[in-house]
Order: sequence, then C-alpha cells, then structure tokens
Amino acid sequence: MNILEVNDLSKVFNLHILNDKRIEALKQINFTMEEGEIIGLTGKSGSGKSSLMKCIYRTYLASSGEIIYASREGLVDMVKADDHRIIELRKSEITYCSQFLSVIPRVSAVDVVCENLFRIEKNKQKARNKAKEMLEALGLPTELWDAFPVTFSGGEQQRINVARAIIAAPRFLLIDEPTASLDAKTKNVVIDMILSLKKNGTSVLCISHDEYTLDKLVDRRLDLHLGQIAVTEVTAS
Amino acid sequence: MSRTDDNWLLTVRNLTKIYGEPNENTLDLTGPIFNSNICPETESIVACANINFDLYPGEVLGIVGESGSGKSTVVKLLYFDMEKSAGAAWLTPYNNGLANILDESNQKKRFIRNHLMGMVYQNPRDGLNFRFSSGGNIAEKLIMAGEMHVGNIRGRASDLLNKTEVPVLRMDDRPSSFSGGMQQRVQIAKAIANNPPLLFLDEVTTGLDVSVQAKVLDLIRELQQDLGIAMIVVSHDLSVIRMLTDRTIVMKNGRIVESGLTDQILQDPQHEYSQLLVSSLL
Repeated sequence: MNILEVNDLSKVFNLHILNDKRIEALKQINFTMEEGEIIGLTGKSGSGKSSLMKCIYRTYLASSGEIIYASREGLVDMVKADDHRIIELRKSEITYCSQFLSVIPRVSAVDVVCENLFRIEKNKQKARNKAKEMLEALGLPTELWDAFPVTFSGGEQQRINVARAIIAAPRFLLIDEPTASLDAKTKNVVIDMILSLKKNGTSVLCISHDEYTLDKLVDRRLDLHLGQIAVTEVTAS
Repeated sequence: MSRTDDNWLLTVRNLTKIYGEPNENTLDLTGPIFNSNICPETESIVACANINFDLYPGEVLGIVGESGSGKSTVVKLLYFDMEKSAGAAWLTPYNNGLANILDESNQKKRFIRNHLMGMVYQNPRDGLNFRFSSGGNIAEKLIMAGEMHVGNIRGRASDLLNKTEVPVLRMDDRPSSFSGGMQQRVQIAKAIANNPPLLFLDEVTTGLDVSVQAKVLDLIRELQQDLGIAMIVVSHDLSVIRMLTDRTIVMKNGRIVESGLTDQILQDPQHEYSQLLVSSLL
C-alpha cells in the first residue's frame, strides 16, 4: 500500500515585498512511497529537499499538484486539507523533525523530548523514563537531562531533537539530516533507532548528505536537482 | 448565517465594529487595499470588519497585526467589553451553540462571561480590582460564577495562586504591592478561576522583562496542556505566537488578510503584509 503519493507538485515562492519576485523551488515532482519504506532524499543544497519535505508537512503551501497521504482514516490531500485536519494528523500520525531544535523556554531536556509522548502516555513518570532511556542510549550526559537545552552544544541539541521526533513512534516520519553533527557511535545509535521504527511499520522520508547514513538506512533514494527529481536509484539491501 | 459544524467551541461570522456614521460605501473604501480603516466619505472608523473564524475545544488561535489593526477589538467584542456593529458568535457550551451570544441580554452576557469565559488584559489594572487583595480578586470571580462557600473559595484561591506561582502567603496583599509579572499571574489565576472552556489573552506579555515573560508564557502553555482550555492569543510578538499557537490569523486595517497554520504563516507567508511582518522578525 502507498502511504504517500505526490502528483505534479510545484512550489513557487511569490515574494510580494521584493517586487513580486518569483522563486521556483519545486517543479512537477512525482513519486510514491510504500508503507514502511525509508526513502532518502538527496541532492545539493538548494535543490529543494527541505522545500519538498515542508510541502508534505504543510509548513509550505504547495502552488499546484497533490500530496495524497493515506491516513488511518482514509486519504487526505495535504495540499488542500483543512487546517484542523492537518493539526490532528500532526498530533496523531505525522512527525516532522527539522535540522535544528527549536527550544522551548524553561522546559527541561527530558520534557522537551517527552512532549509528543505526553499526548498518548498520561503517566508522566513513565514517559520521562522512556525519554531518559533514549537520552542514555544517545549518550547525552545525565547531568544535562534536567537542564534547559537552549545553552546546549549543536550535537547535544541534535540528539534531543531526534529523540523528541521518534519517541512517540509516529506512523510517518519526515526527518531532516538526523545524523549531521554526530560522532560515528551516536550516528549508529540514531540509525538503529530509526530502523527499529521501520520494523514497527513507520514510513520515513529522510534528508541526508551523509553516505554512511544513506547506505545503512534507506531502501531507495530520490535525488533532487534544481527542484526536480533527477534519478531514482534502488539501493540493494 | 449559520454554524457549519458541531465540533466547534466558538464560531464567529462577519464580526464588525465601526465607530461613527458609516454609509453604504464605508466597507468598500477601507481595508488593506487602501491601507486605511478610515472611510474617506464619512470619516467613520472601521475597527474590524467581516471577521470569520472557528475555534476547536482546546485549540490555541493567535491573532497578529500592528497596533490599530483591530486585533484587540475582536476579543473585546467577544468578551462583551464593546458592543458590535454587526456579526454573530456562537459558543457551544452556551445554549448548545444555538444562540448568537452577541445578541443576548446584558444579564445573559454576564452569565456567559462569568461561567464560560476568562480574559487576561495587557494591563493588570483592567482585569484586577486593585482595592481588593489578590485572593479577594479570585474570590470575586468565583462568587460571580455562583460559588458561595467561603472555605471552598479560599481553598480554590490558594490552589490557583500555587498553580500560577504566586506565594500563597501574599494572598491577602493587594496586587498594587506586586511586581508586574506577579500581577499578571494573579490576573491569569483570576481569569481561569471559573474553569472556563475559553480564555482570551490580550498582549499579556507586552511590557514584561524577558525572564518574567518566559514565566508567564510557560504558565499559559501548562494551563493549555493540563486543562485543555481553548485560547485566543492576541499579540504583535511573533515569538509569542510561535510558542503558543497552532493556527494564526493576520490582521491589517481591521481585516483578516491571511489565516493558516502558525508554522506556515511564519515560514511561507502568502500576503504581502504577512511577508513584511515575518521579514521584520528579529
């Protein structure tokens, strides 16, 4: 079954405040994704990888085309669906993990990680224990667990960001550069965590520049070039 | 005009407030296209016009815009602080959402306000009675909502002050002796005392220093998560909007120019004015 079907997707930024300058970020993108598949989104900086991901999550409004997501309750066009439907899907099925952690003031590392889990696990202590397990596996020093992530290093924030995205085992995960700025050992932990999500049925769209991560993680790659899909190559696994 | 869906907590249609004597061209000659809300023919002022939106239970909606865009007017109309010129609003917990609350009698409006709404103003003096103690202010709200038992009232007041991190020892002090941030937290405690399904927050962090601002925002987030109160957050500060809201309405010259998911408004604004707002973000 396809979990995602993208048809003729285009995105043009119309910058009214710069004399209506137009920037074409995505041109006629077409692809499908199987449930449980991990697709690696590759391409140079500026090729449209993040734009594509943000269109799927509805952070960007697509200019034309369809993004059909097979939710548990039927097909949803992420381009046209009502805002409330999108909010529901974000709370229950789809998680987006950006490259950078957007910190929440005065919330501890453990609670930042737990935020999505608190929605389904009402026993806060249980949720926090799970977060601690993950932070432990990711090698985040214990003394940082109760601290506020705003002052953390890039790598520390990155690990919190990844833990936060996958703790509640979303049905569909959009993840941008999950292993950038991580050392080899932690990189492997992150890859294993995402693979174990896949085992439980999660579908993953992953942006990465890292060959090692792509080799270990993805079923196939979509290579973007100037806003278009260049080659689809199947990775033998 | 009617409600479209039964899942809403609040439905607002065509909400309009005009000062002065408008004529039939007033609405056509004002708004963002003219960059003005003053009618050139009648000099009447369109504070807000044709405002439409829906709010789910537990949802947090942001309203942003520059000073004078009409964002505060919208919440003041809905909280009955001002009289509308036109429009309707339905609140599901009141009369099963069948009555336009803006057309109800003053007595019924007071009932709705006391039982189903809370309001936190930018200036604590608008929301608190400075002649009463902080506990007395909370008691006032509880009494209006029908609570008569003094013991219950004191118990609830100290719970609320605890929740909002105001030292309970100061329950019998007047808010005038409190810092700005503490006054604001007493105001929030008072606003939620009646367990309202709907809370209005009008520029509540404006004028507070950053650490106090963070504390107040933190409190609002917690109330939303723990109690599931739906909120309408009015602010000109996009970071406040980003932190608190799921959806956002952008207003200019009394009209809605754009509405959408908050991250979409902040990262892919469509309207010229929203693009200007976002590009001005520090």
